Amino acid sequence: MKRYLVQRIGYMLVTLFVIITITFFLMQLLPGTPFTNPEKLTDQQLAILNAKYGLDQPVGIQYIRYLGNLVQGDLGYSFQHAGRTVSSMISDRIGPSAFIGLQALIIGTIIGLILGIVSALKHNSIFDYGSVTLAVLGMSIPSFVFAALLQYYVGVKLEWLPVALWEGYSSTILPSIALSVTVTATVARFIRSEMLEVLGQDYVITARAKGMNEQQVIVKHVIRNALIPVVTMLGPLAVAIMTGTLVIEKIFAVPGLGEQFTLSILVLDYSVIMGISIFYSALFIFVVFVVDIIYGFLDPRITYKGESA
Amino acid sequence: MKKSTNTSLMNKEVQTQNLYIPEEITADLFEKAPLDVYKSEEIGTPPVSFWKEAFLRLAKNKGAMISLFLLLALIVVAIIGPSMNEFTYREQTIEHSNLPPKVQGLEWLGFDGVDSNGVNQYAEQNIDTNYWFGTDEFGRDLWTRVWKGTQISLFIALVAALLDLIIGVVYGGISSFYGGRVDNIMQRIIEVLMGIPNLIVIILFILILEPGVRSIILAMIITGWVGMARVVRGQVLQLKGQEFVLASRTLGASNSRLIWKHLLPNVMGPIIVTVMFTIPTAIFFEAFLSFIGLGLQAPLASLGVLIEDGYKSMRYFSYKLIYPAVVISTIMICFNLLADGLRDALDPKMRK
Repeated sequence: MKRYLVQRIGYMLVTLFVIITITFFLMQLLPGTPFTNPEKLTDQQLAILNAKYGLDQPVGIQYIRYLGNLVQGDLGYSFQHAGRTVSSMISDRIGPSAFIGLQALIIGTIIGLILGIVSALKHNSIFDYGSVTLAVLGMSIPSFVFAALLQYYVGVKLEWLPVALWEGYSSTILPSIALSVTVTATVARFIRSEMLEVLGQDYVITARAKGMNEQQVIVKHVIRNALIPVVTMLGPLAVAIMTGTLVIEKIFAVPGLGEQFTLSILVLDYSVIMGISIFYSALFIFVVFVVDIIYGFLDPRITYKGESA
Repeated sequence: MKKSTNTSLMNKEVQTQNLYIPEEITADLFEKAPLDVYKSEEIGTPPVSFWKEAFLRLAKNKGAMISLFLLLALIVVAIIGPSMNEFTYREQTIEHSNLPPKVQGLEWLGFDGVDSNGVNQYAEQNIDTNYWFGTDEFGRDLWTRVWKGTQISLFIALVAALLDLIIGVVYGGISSFYGGRVDNIMQRIIEVLMGIPNLIVIILFILILEPGVRSIILAMIITGWVGMARVVRGQVLQLKGQEFVLASRTLGASNSRLIWKHLLPNVMGPIIVTVMFTIPTAIFFEAFLSFIGLGLQAPLASLGVLIEDGYKSMRYFSYKLIYPAVVISTIMICFNLLADGLRDALDPKMRK
């Protein structure tokens, strides 16, 4: 276990380092300058600005300096918003993203679990077909298409919920629902197939044979065992939610990290694009790592490499 | 008497029973053994090849078959659609801008040329030509643009999936076939690549490349092949240890013969399934990139670009959003269902 942990943490650091390096050098290749209206600046002003942001140094020095700052949690300054650090922009924006992200994860997981469990218990019934169809729809329809339609019908036509903006709890509902669709579909499909597999296991037959009542069999044996692998879905789900926030925050004008990212891409705010890319990647790597560890604890059958069973 | 090779016990029996032994063996001494009904059936059917069997299984899957036909129909319409009327995808007719959809004979389905304010724009402006899906703000025909966009989206997805396939098969094949240190190093690289979120890399690459079809494809394959490489590697590792490979090798088969004649045909199933899942992902990424403003440049259209345009004016001209949205959703659903069906058909063990 210890050896495995050390190995995994090593991989995490290497991956992160690769991402940071790729991001840094890709940003160097970007066309244009990071300053707004560079043609209006005199050579002297440009020189001062370049010196201020360290852009007059050779690329190698800039890279080492960036790495050094990064270790201390300093992601540099935004080129578009004078005097604002990238880290402060991320910490200001993370709240709304985390809120709708978690809310979507909770809604999606609960509905997904219910749909998946019931359709496995009522295998081949109308309910089963219905929820399988829903799951296919949810996985196939792009989240931004669904979000746009949701905004049009619920927000614009029916006027039940705010169309956009970030004012009070009611404005978090539509973006969360739009985000949760992928989660619901993925979880429902996954838990359904897990349940069907567990239902055919010998220990379920044994439990029934020894006279356990059906409800107990389902709750104690089937659902508990089917739930374990669902933890592995957290990695892909985190990615789906991250991807989703980029477009859904744009659609519903949520002042979150995703909206900042798409905005920075449009105005080519290099340091912010870099900072958020690295932040997202680190988050993703961390989630996958934690999921792997939790899974090992939940399922005693899992052994880690280099450890004997 | 014939020398018997039987055991002594048998010999004793033969002797004690004092059997009648004919001088000559004639046909009437033989009796026809009754042919087992089940046996006859077993022998009767010609051997079914793996692919035929897989196809039969697929044909039984209604969802997959409907998806297959819908997809074929969509592809045909995407190819001939743009030339079904006199407009081109880039031709602007400013006086005909923002016209709602109108089709002769389909008025009852909503194709009546009436806009969101209840005004029949065609009667109002005295326009004789019908725009089946309406027009955009520059008066471009949306029917032509939607199908042209479908063409481009499908093209991007197919090419990206094909390139993923080639890179993934070569990489995964080399890694697993040669094994040892080669495999070790190649796997370490993959493990690092797996940790990087695709989307971030795609966005960063699109930013530095000139926007266009080629750069979207390129950005998508940079990380896209990893999944395919892993599938191929896993399969080849499994097959490599099996007897038929050993037998072939013992008979002196060369590496290339082993790869082309024994390993690849056996990995085809999972490869096809992976490709079928890659295509909808690629379509999604293309639309996603267009939606956040990193897509194709006007006047070129892809489904993503059309959805983005339609989204901007959805409040008053919802038809601009709905047609491309329906087309992309249908394509995605069909590809997913077909891929599911193929997975079940090609490898019942993979069934989820």
